[in-house]
Amino acid sequence: MSPISRGFHRRRADAPAGRVPPGQYVTTDFPVLSAGPTPHTPLDRWTFSIEGGRKPKSWTWQEFRALPAEMLTTDIHCVTRWSKLDTSWEGVSLDVLLGAVDYDTSYVLAFSDGGYTTNLPVADLLGGKAWVAFGYGGAPLGAEHGGPARLLVPHLYFWKSAKWVRGLRLRATDEPGFWENYGYHSYGDPWREQRYAGD
Amino acid sequence: MARTAVRGRLNAPGGRRPQTPPLSWRTTTVAAVSDETPRVRTLRLEVPDWPGPSVGQQRAGQHVDIRLTADDGYQAERAYSIASAPGEPLALTVERLEDGEVSPYLTEELRPGDLLEVRGPIGGYFVWETGFGGPLLLAAGGSGIVPLRSILRHRSLSGSQVPVRLLYSSRSWEDVIYRTELDVPAEGVEVIHTLTRSQPPLWKGYARRVDAPMLAEVAWPAAEKPLAYVCGPTSFVESVAAGLVGLGYPAGRVRTERFGATGG
Amino acid sequence: MDDHALDGNAIGGLLTEVFGTEMTTATGTCASCGAARQVAELVVYQPGPGTVVRCRSCDAVLMVFVKVRGITCVDLAGLASLG
Repeated sequence: MSPISRGFHRRRADAPAGRVPPGQYVTTDFPVLSAGPTPHTPLDRWTFSIEGGRKPKSWTWQEFRALPAEMLTTDIHCVTRWSKLDTSWEGVSLDVLLGAVDYDTSYVLAFSDGGYTTNLPVADLLGGKAWVAFGYGGAPLGAEHGGPARLLVPHLYFWKSAKWVRGLRLRATDEPGFWENYGYHSYGDPWREQRYAGD
Repeated sequence: MARTAVRGRLNAPGGRRPQTPPLSWRTTTVAAVSDETPRVRTLRLEVPDWPGPSVGQQRAGQHVDIRLTADDGYQAERAYSIASAPGEPLALTVERLEDGEVSPYLTEELRPGDLLEVRGPIGGYFVWETGFGGPLLLAAGGSGIVPLRSILRHRSLSGSQVPVRLLYSSRSWEDVIYRTELDVPAEGVEVIHTLTRSQPPLWKGYARRVDAPMLAEVAWPAAEKPLAYVCGPTSFVESVAAGLVGLGYPAGRVRTERFGATGG
Repeated sequence: MDDHALDGNAIGGLLTEVFGTEMTTATGTCASCGAARQVAELVVYQPGPGTVVRCRSCDAVLMVFVKVRGITCVDLAGLASLG
């Protein structure tokens, strides 16, 4: 039995009740958490591709930036317990990107520069719930936060919002990505505190 | 090599590695706290049986892991370098990080009589023993001074005459940890400060981040076969280690310990 | 090199817990590029969900440690050898 360290406590929520999911605390920082070095793919070599549909589809940076984009403000929740409120982003909706592809599968594996992957149901990318974001806080998304573009899926834990995203592989089955392989939850709903497999 | 889920321990590969006493968490009591600077505090801890055969002999430069438990069962673990030399009562020096979870508690709330858990000593790489010889080039960025102070104290306590140059980078004079101790260095130890953000009036020392020209002026020439220990923020360590290799230090004679990104 | 990266010193306790012995002076050989280094000199990332140890020469993932509900998952698949 570990002794109690008098006066020590976890960081507290510090937000109106119900505003942050269970177990989270609010930060005004934007912690940089990464499993590897920051990639620096030059924009003239950057592409975003969707594979596994009837035909593969790919956009260059210019083509991607010519797509209709939107601004949004949202809260984000990291599995390491910090939440950041009212973050503002600019990005292309996955409704637009997936809308350009003919497919009939239900899952994706998102993949990034540096080898990171994460899995999601297609349904969680549609209906105005997900973006490929290239702007943060009114400026181009910085490399340490996933720029030039990252996946942004704010209704799930932020490990699903893959930094340095380069595309999606459409799949018939839900196959675990990097952290999911090691025991993190396949879906990752912060409101049901789905941090680990079996939660 | 494969992947496995372990509840306990894997077998040590090769069977050639020296046996370590089991690394278990031990309850310790805070004996004393003292502030080194406005953001840095030294904790002296009472650990049963420290040092000793069941804990493992401490070596200068090692660290411990500490664990705190809240009354709801929440636990947090962190690693801190040991500030004391082998043979001295265990002391850790902690820098308060902005927005930290553990360091504000350790530097502001914790008081004598409080309990925390410690495991260690840990580390077989960033250590110095008198038998390793010198001359020694110690380079500290900010709180990177902590394990180097353990090395300096061990050198003194053991009567070693190995020449030492300590290059210590801090933001300002008020941020220099162990300031009074370093003002009166042991015989054979030279301390060279650089203050990167602000300097006291009449300051005649270095006033910039460590760079190649500064290293060329301060570091022992490679021909003297020095041993270097570099500790501090990752960017500091990368830059200084590369600088020393650039001066001809063999990479194997430059030992590094990176503390991640701390305030610049 | 990333400012936030640590090195193998930072996981000395974790490695001793997993392997039962001091491992920071063990030599890890990268299965991708063959570079051999002491574990203390490998690049360590701790983004929160787990610990990722990479080759300092080629950035390949050498080891991953993830602790879930008291069980540590250890993935050494990126190492050609460790010892």
